[in-house]
Amino acid sequence: MKGILICGEPKEKKITSVSKELITTGKGLSSVLDQSLDFLLIGEKCENAAIEAANLGVDRVLTVQGPGSSDLHPERLVAILAQVCKQNDPMVILLGQTDMGRDVAPRLAAKLGANVCMDCVDLVFDESSKELILTKPVYGGNAMAQWALKNHRQLVVTMRPRSEKPAEPDPSHKGRMESISIEFEETQIRTQLMETTCTEGKGIKLEEAKVIVAGGGGIGGSEGFGLIQELAVVLGAAVGITRVPSDENWMPKSLEIGQTGHMVSPNLYIAVGISGAPQHLSGCSHSKIIVAINKDPEASIFGMADFGIVGDYREVLPALIEKLKALKE
Amino acid sequence: MNIIVCIKQIQDPEIPASKFRLGADGKKVIPPEGIPPVINPYDEQAVELALRIKEKRGGQITILTIGEEGASRAVKHALAMGADEGILLQDLTFEGSDSLATAHILTRAIQKIEEFDLILCGRQAADWDEGLVGSILAENLELPLVTLAESADFIEDRWRVKRVILDGYQIFAAPSPAVLTVSHELGPPRLPSGWGIITASKKEIPVWDAKFIGTEPTQIGADASRKKLIKLFIPQRERKCDKIEGEKPEDATSRLVEKLRTAGVL
Ligand SMILES: Cc1cc2nc3c(=O)[nH]c(=O)nc-3n(C[C@H](O)[C@H](O)[C@H](O)COP(=O)(O)OP(=O)(O)OC[C@H]3O[C@@H](n4cnc5c(N)ncnc54)[C@H](O)[C@@H]3O)c2cc1C
Ligand SMILES: Nc1ncnc2c1ncn2[C@@H]1O[C@H](COP(=O)(O)O)[C@@H](O)[C@H]1O
Repeated sequence: MKGILICGEPKEKKITSVSKELITTGKGLSSVLDQSLDFLLIGEKCENAAIEAANLGVDRVLTVQGPGSSDLHPERLVAILAQVCKQNDPMVILLGQTDMGRDVAPRLAAKLGANVCMDCVDLVFDESSKELILTKPVYGGNAMAQWALKNHRQLVVTMRPRSEKPAEPDPSHKGRMESISIEFEETQIRTQLMETTCTEGKGIKLEEAKVIVAGGGGIGGSEGFGLIQELAVVLGAAVGITRVPSDENWMPKSLEIGQTGHMVSPNLYIAVGISGAPQHLSGCSHSKIIVAINKDPEASIFGMADFGIVGDYREVLPALIEKLKALKE
Repeated sequence: MNIIVCIKQIQDPEIPASKFRLGADGKKVIPPEGIPPVINPYDEQAVELALRIKEKRGGQITILTIGEEGASRAVKHALAMGADEGILLQDLTFEGSDSLATAHILTRAIQKIEEFDLILCGRQAADWDEGLVGSILAENLELPLVTLAESADFIEDRWRVKRVILDGYQIFAAPSPAVLTVSHELGPPRLPSGWGIITASKKEIPVWDAKFIGTEPTQIGADASRKKLIKLFIPQRERKCDKIEGEKPEDATSRLVEKLRTAGVL
């Protein structure tokens, strides 16, 4: 086994921010372990994304030519990845805890007979014990667990988005580009992907938003989200929700923030009518400034916020919106 | 449609953070006093999905769990919701199993059951939050897999599965038998009915051990586990909160806006 392999994700001719975060993790490992760092891209028309990756300080960018490499079906991805791993025999395979990584990593690990750990926030090599140390949130974010590996098998890891800073261009270290061809049997593909639909609105993407206004169970119904949306418009913010509005169908489920939803880290996170459960905070605790608006002075969200207003959102938000509007003029 | 649902009993994930405790050695989670363990919420939703399919297509629902004696509580809950049979997989050699070992035990148990059209798991167990067992199980059994199912039905000759993605959904078609992992977007599970609770309480839950299902001793239990726990710790999320209380909304929000401007985020 040698080297570290990152499974990158191309998006609109670029690589995703999570892919850049993986490069940061990968670079850290490759330098202490003195191993090469490969970045793999699967998909059609990845040339521009590949160039971007090559400039971020990896040793090699691999692009795949081969059957089905344009069709991002999870089973195809796993079949391709398993082949790449057999050809290159990397010691660590890094993926993001994304739609792709969540689905692909467990299957890949099972196929390779590899060790696997999902949703890590830290992966380092401990020089004294000569062990790889994995850290991951458990119990819905109530605790963190730290593990060492017991054996020296291949390791498949997914990293939680936002656990590292994205890698910056490194002019001194330009990665080689290599295109590889993969063969696998179509009969390995058991399911058929009929349709992919993105329902997210035209608004600002949660991951990219500088400001987020999030509403929780305290909003009490879909009408109440009118005020949340109004505040978001004044602030140029994205709207997020907790599990409660999603379960109650007050708002689209795709806006959920937390352990099983979006991982966000805006400059300003305004939590309205949110109690502060660890499963939710898991997804927003990296925000620069957190503001809590809650009518219960004992709500645990206040312990996790920088600023708080104790009060009913129906009174606080209109006043806040007015104030911000006045400021704009 | 014969459906197998794999469930795990866990500590209640919705206890307030203040009740969450770690052992002094930092190696164990101490169960909260007076709060009984529950069926993993995603597994409860997997049972709900099984029931919805059964209501339309008929068939039999079998619950499988690996756990200690007390885990039959979770099985009883699933039976009270309307599942038909429950089996407890229990053996001293199973204790301390990691995800791969858990998947191995379930694989062997399912191979005993032979006839089934669908296997359901939760998307992840809300204790270690790995999300591995369902997928590994599918690989072991060489069955089609769709993860993060929000709904599923058997239409014509295939399973049609709506899969949740972060910004929307996908539709997959899978031949039968298939493995699905169920996500919370499925919606709330039904409550057990009074009648359900009575019938469940009367049902025997057979126990299958290692010998009966034929697990490989080298693949299960704490010795086979691939990771060694170094420690558990509580993450530091606390911030010093500047809390504005007891002021008129106009004054409170004015002050907040000032503070946010000073902090440079407005
Ligand atoms: C396995 C699992 C995974 C989970 N994953 C996630 C996840 O990814 N994301 C997520 O968000 N949740 C998740 N949850 C749910 C989570 O545990 C909490 O239940 C949820 O986050 C609570 O949402 P909330 O704070 O909006 O609602 P509640 O807990 O109902 O809190 C409502 C708050 O609003 C306040 N309030 C009420 N009325 C008003 C008013 N008029 N004005 C101002 N304040 C008011 C109340 O004081 C209270 O603090 C998960 C749960 C489980 C079991
Ligand atoms: N001890 C167990 N017994 C039965 N099923 C389990 C057990 N552990 C995990 N599972 C199943 O596998 C799913 C994913 O678990 P995990 O990979 O541990 O997050 C759970 O939601 C259950 O459906």
